[in-house]
Amino acid sequence: MKGNIDEMADQHTNTSILSEQILEDQKKNRIDHMTYLPDMEQIDPTIMNKVTAAMAAYDYDSYTGDDVRRALRHEGHISPDDFAALLSPAAKPFLEDIAQAAMRETRKHFGNAILMFTPIYIANYCENYCIYCNFNCHSKTKRAMLDASGIDREMAAIAASGLKEILILTGESRRKSSVEYIGEACRIARKYFKVIGIEVYPMNSDEYAYLHKCGADYVTVFQETYNSDKYETLHLAGNKRIFPYRINAQERALMGGMRGVGFAALLGLDDFRKDAFATGMHAWLLQRKYPAAEIAFSCPRLRPTINNERINPMDVHEAELLQIVAAYRLFMPFASITVSTRENARVRDNLIKICAVKISADSKTGVGEHTQPAEEQGDGQFEIDDSRSVEQVYNAILAQDLQPVLNDYIYV
Amino acid sequence: MGNEKNNAADKFVLGGHEFTSRFILGSGKYSYDLIKAAVDNAGAQIVTMALRRANDDSKTNILDYIPKGVTILPNTSGSRNADEAVRIARLSREISGSDFVKIEVIPDTKYLLPDNYQTARAVEILAKEGFICMPYMYPDLNAARDMANAGAACIMPLAAPIGSNHGLATKDFIRILIDEMDLPIIVDAGIGRPSQACEAMEMGAAAIMANTALATAGDIPAMAGAFRKAIEAGRSAYLAGMGEERIKGASASSPLTGYLR
Repeated sequence: MKGNIDEMADQHTNTSILSEQILEDQKKNRIDHMTYLPDMEQIDPTIMNKVTAAMAAYDYDSYTGDDVRRALRHEGHISPDDFAALLSPAAKPFLEDIAQAAMRETRKHFGNAILMFTPIYIANYCENYCIYCNFNCHSKTKRAMLDASGIDREMAAIAASGLKEILILTGESRRKSSVEYIGEACRIARKYFKVIGIEVYPMNSDEYAYLHKCGADYVTVFQETYNSDKYETLHLAGNKRIFPYRINAQERALMGGMRGVGFAALLGLDDFRKDAFATGMHAWLLQRKYPAAEIAFSCPRLRPTINNERINPMDVHEAELLQIVAAYRLFMPFASITVSTRENARVRDNLIKICAVKISADSKTGVGEHTQPAEEQGDGQFEIDDSRSVEQVYNAILAQDLQPVLNDYIYV
Repeated sequence: MGNEKNNAADKFVLGGHEFTSRFILGSGKYSYDLIKAAVDNAGAQIVTMALRRANDDSKTNILDYIPKGVTILPNTSGSRNADEAVRIARLSREISGSDFVKIEVIPDTKYLLPDNYQTARAVEILAKEGFICMPYMYPDLNAARDMANAGAACIMPLAAPIGSNHGLATKDFIRILIDEMDLPIIVDAGIGRPSQACEAMEMGAAAIMANTALATAGDIPAMAGAFRKAIEAGRSAYLAGMGEERIKGASASSPLTGYLR
């Protein structure tokens, strides 16, 4: 099997996510990933086109130490070209300088405030076939879906910890987890929380407007990879396969009245430098078009799952992760940056010191994990590496002379 | 406003309330347990409070950390238009009991630049409801006049982008506001060093508001003390009447009017 997989691999193929079955499935005919399906709202493709063109033109090996020094001299007004230099291999010897600059920018814009929140997975049904994800429709994952009383119980348990911000997640099944179902979860969340974000399947702008009315104000959509050719080989079936519908989700969310949008490439799926560059450009271009939009970045690296313990983030080591996160900070000093429980406590505690400003606590990626008996819970999406409680994370923030903030927002 | 007489009873009057301190302290970017020491060293009598933080009833509440007797100045941060600012201001009054409100309307997440038009609209609504309106604005004379006509208690022009510590980047325009407006001009945002605060006060600013300059200092309470001295020095210099600044060092040795008989 190994030889077969290696034959399939290009320089940026993460073989840890492949299996014989997946390789077979990749040979099958698939629908065109660039053509919208019926009922998918089509919007102006300008931003998508600019992002993909910028990524295609990004030749990170062409940058030198001088380019990185120049970028650092531009601290406070980093251009897209400076951002490109900061993400390049030439920046690696400057990582300490980059981290110091990122910390200065973070403190200027956020002081020592670190926001805390937690995710809640209310359902894990999924109609997509993402070959790296434990929720995919072919995975032997144990499925579950909370009903209204289950959501209420789970949220009450989370709220008892003192948290005021929640991120509602589902697997990407419009059929099982309808827009109305997610809306109901938002309405329940309004009883317990001040800030509600959603991380669900992409939808049309009128549906985002509906969820905004139900109380949600922040929408996060992981693009996974901005390389549409690679995207096509990773997302073999389901609505998620349609690249333009996904990449334009943040803009549709803003059109629907959402206050903020979150961006992420899943680092380790493809060429991480290009994906990080595209992620930054995507956010940068949207903020220019929608100046009131609050911008957020997540920086997830691939993690092992219950059904594939081999999955790893390939060449995105801790140093590369720091380089990316710090480059995001310098490029968009005002953006929120979240550090995932995919990372361990040491990495997370250091990243909030340098440039992340938001951290989850008491994270659970399974459905009903806060209150349901184990046999009724749904499996988690990935293995978390920091299982600290709210109190522990709160105290870890304080221990670094940072200020834990549970609420920094008013729903208006 | 012109020079004021230098006397011991130099009061700073805002919406009918008298203050002796001319240093308004921000509270959003450093740990709450430093607020008391910062207030003490600053000699501050007014401290800002973001409702979106104070609205947190679970673990820590900023209201518990602001010393008694200090005037709480809620702000409307988080609002992107006049209507949102009005809603936040009303909620703030309920929670803090303070009629003061710093009106910040910011539809720009990158530079956090205020929207003067929306700000003036919010002032118009809130002033009628009895709020003591302190609008944060980009230093534009016409907008400042609109805010004054709408019932503002003062004008709070930015010196430089929030958080930049760049100092008096808009100096010429702030000077115009000081010269032309009858309301107190409180310089807000961008002041990074005590010397910059001093310079603004020398120009005739009525007060200084600072947050990031303290939050990014090595010793926050000590920096609060340094600002206090600088602001007091600038105020004293202003009241004393600043000496004339000579261009090229001296007056002309051959006056053009020398031929006159």
